[in-house]
Amino acid sequence: MRVKRLLLGDEALALGALHAGLSGVYAYPGTPSTEITEFIQGAPLARERGVRSRWCTNEKTAMEAALGMSYAGKRALVCMKHVGMNVCADAFVNAGITGVKGGLVVVAADDPSMHSSQNEQDSRFYGKFAMVPILEPSDQQECYDLMAEAFRLSEEVRLPVLVRMVTRLAHSRAAVQTGEPGPQNALDPDSERTRWVLLPGNARRQYAALVARQPELLRRSEESRYNSLVKGGPLGVIACGIASNYVCEAHPEGISLLKVSQYPLPESLVRDLAATSAEIVVVEDGQPFVEEQVKALLGAGYPVSGRLTGRLPRTGELNPDNVAAAFGLSNEDGHAPAHNLAARPPQLCQGCGHRDVYAALNQVIAEYPNARVFGDIGCYTLGALPPYRAIDSCVDMGASITMAKGAADAGVHPAVAVIGDSTFTHSGMTSLLDAVNDNAAITVILSDNLTTAMTGGQDSAGTHKFEAICLALGVEREHLHVVVPLPKNMEEITRIIREEMEYKGVSVIIPQRECMQTLARKNRQKKAAQ
Amino acid sequence: MKTDIKLAGVGGQGILSIATVIGEAATAAGLHLKQAEVHGMSQRGGDVQSDLRLSTDPIHSDLIPQGGADLILSMEPMEALRYLPYLSPEGAVVTSSRPFVNIPDYPDEAALLQEVDALPNVTRMDIEQVAKSLLAPRSANMVLLGMAARHLEILSPDELRTAIRTVFARKGDKVVEDNLKAFDAGYEGLQ
Ligand SMILES: Cc1ncc(C[n+]2csc(CCOP(=O)(O)OP(=O)(O)O)c2C)c(N)n1
Repeated sequence: MRVKRLLLGDEALALGALHAGLSGVYAYPGTPSTEITEFIQGAPLARERGVRSRWCTNEKTAMEAALGMSYAGKRALVCMKHVGMNVCADAFVNAGITGVKGGLVVVAADDPSMHSSQNEQDSRFYGKFAMVPILEPSDQQECYDLMAEAFRLSEEVRLPVLVRMVTRLAHSRAAVQTGEPGPQNALDPDSERTRWVLLPGNARRQYAALVARQPELLRRSEESRYNSLVKGGPLGVIACGIASNYVCEAHPEGISLLKVSQYPLPESLVRDLAATSAEIVVVEDGQPFVEEQVKALLGAGYPVSGRLTGRLPRTGELNPDNVAAAFGLSNEDGHAPAHNLAARPPQLCQGCGHRDVYAALNQVIAEYPNARVFGDIGCYTLGALPPYRAIDSCVDMGASITMAKGAADAGVHPAVAVIGDSTFTHSGMTSLLDAVNDNAAITVILSDNLTTAMTGGQDSAGTHKFEAICLALGVEREHLHVVVPLPKNMEEITRIIREEMEYKGVSVIIPQRECMQTLARKNRQKKAAQ
Repeated sequence: MKTDIKLAGVGGQGILSIATVIGEAATAAGLHLKQAEVHGMSQRGGDVQSDLRLSTDPIHSDLIPQGGADLILSMEPMEALRYLPYLSPEGAVVTSSRPFVNIPDYPDEAALLQEVDALPNVTRMDIEQVAKSLLAPRSANMVLLGMAARHLEILSPDELRTAIRTVFARKGDKVVEDNLKAFDAGYEGLQ
């Protein structure tokens, strides 16, 4: 039975994957990808079929586990935000060399305009780098439809397939026509050992085979129903994924439109468009991935414009306004901007334990003008904003501890790291081991709210294990403290921080109190169950 | 026919429930719909907004073009002002009157409300007060939806009432009744 459902782009991908016979989703939360895995976790079909869906410790463990499931012959999905691709790049790129058995689809959700991110890197470069097919849906219906296609393609070409999303599609809802769930693959582990053992001899052979497969990937792209060329006028337009919606919304006259939702870039379609157009405009969200390739393909004499030429803004996401402007059209003027307006940045919740941590830390830091506080990624990053202004850095998951260590190596004292519980298990444990092995003079504050709060309160991989982990990594018992971040404990907490900052080795202080939001949610659920 | 709505508020005020009800009504009415939501970082007490587009024809962009919104629907008066450049010259503003002050530089309340009232087509009400007086303090957002219903030609009040019943059904009869009461109070403009 075909039914219509109102779904987020993320949810449509999830349902598409389930209906494509998914056996496991492997993911670490990250905006704007989180809802894919959450949808599968809550889906009755997934429960019935025993689809594996618990959160992973980080994107690399996710990618590797999914590759293992693929090795065993079953269909696996990996989901992450764009920067997660950096974390799992080793596994991802090498999965292109080994190839896959069961379909392996990797969803990377990009965040142009950095709504909730530290950069706006474009994941399509990773797909090209690994030399694997990329699909880029343009609307919610395509999100659903192309998952079945992605798994089929992955099994046919025996490669991982990258699906590239952007925030606006991930988090926008529309009606989606859905179909029937297909069967899951049976267990059928691969026995072709040489392709999985990437010793140089095997790897060279595998890599050569991957290179030899590129013309086939190109042909499939050129024949894909997701890439379409509609001729209508002398202005050639290439619009990738969601960008095609903005072009249609602006509705410029006299254009020929090549919509691209499958890569490698369909060269024959680009040449066909170029042959009948006077110039080509490339409209793509993210970085000028296609624009650069089109320029290279058509040569310096052919006029190509887009983000590189300033026809579209070089940074930030596309929208109906900047795309209309690229065609010399302007949308209606709205009202003038208001006068009585102030910015309202996100904040730590009232009653959040991170607040008490920063209150204590700031109190002690005030006595140490040379102190530096290396922050990390999570709700507690909001401690960079007023009223606390408590951290001096936020770079990538886990960097707080290792940057503090490096700074301490260079002579910074006190060097303090502030890291959340989920970030610590994601990428901070190895950092701590380095610090312990070097006996670095750092004070680590592991602010444990028993959840992955920033992304909506997912389970955190190390909950109730942090003391054991720190001790096992070699932190000394007398320099490991668990405290409860509440105003009434301020004296104890500031005393411990002060003492440990004076200690010339690794100390870890774990302020531990459940996130207000997850606590409230659990209480609501308890009440509802009664 | 199309209706583009900018929904605005502060993280935690429940603008997504309004979107859910309108979305349910639109789907039942066989309309096309796109609804771009905000998830993630900005939900933590920051400004949040959602673009809700309804149309009898297929919709391309998930985002509303500048000057294209027919309605700004806001749970907070300053947040209503934030999106004025998106409001079409003939567009309407329907907003709560009550400031939500969680920043140190919140504008002067009197000046703010004066600027709101100077807009050509504006309806405002202390929706929290109304919801409280109905003994349904958690239904302020449905008071706002009731106020908006007067501007939503594309959906009738009865279609919205039915959607409220559907959306809140699993929370029990009391919640459904509270939300319907709140909706009607907003629609009738009861103070
Ligand atoms: C590589 C990477 N993966 C995922 C994210 C998304 N992300 C940002 S913060 C965060 C959760 C942090 O949780 P925790 O450290 O427990 O801090 P909390 O938000 O609970 O305070 C996640 C998943 C990211 N920024 N980078």
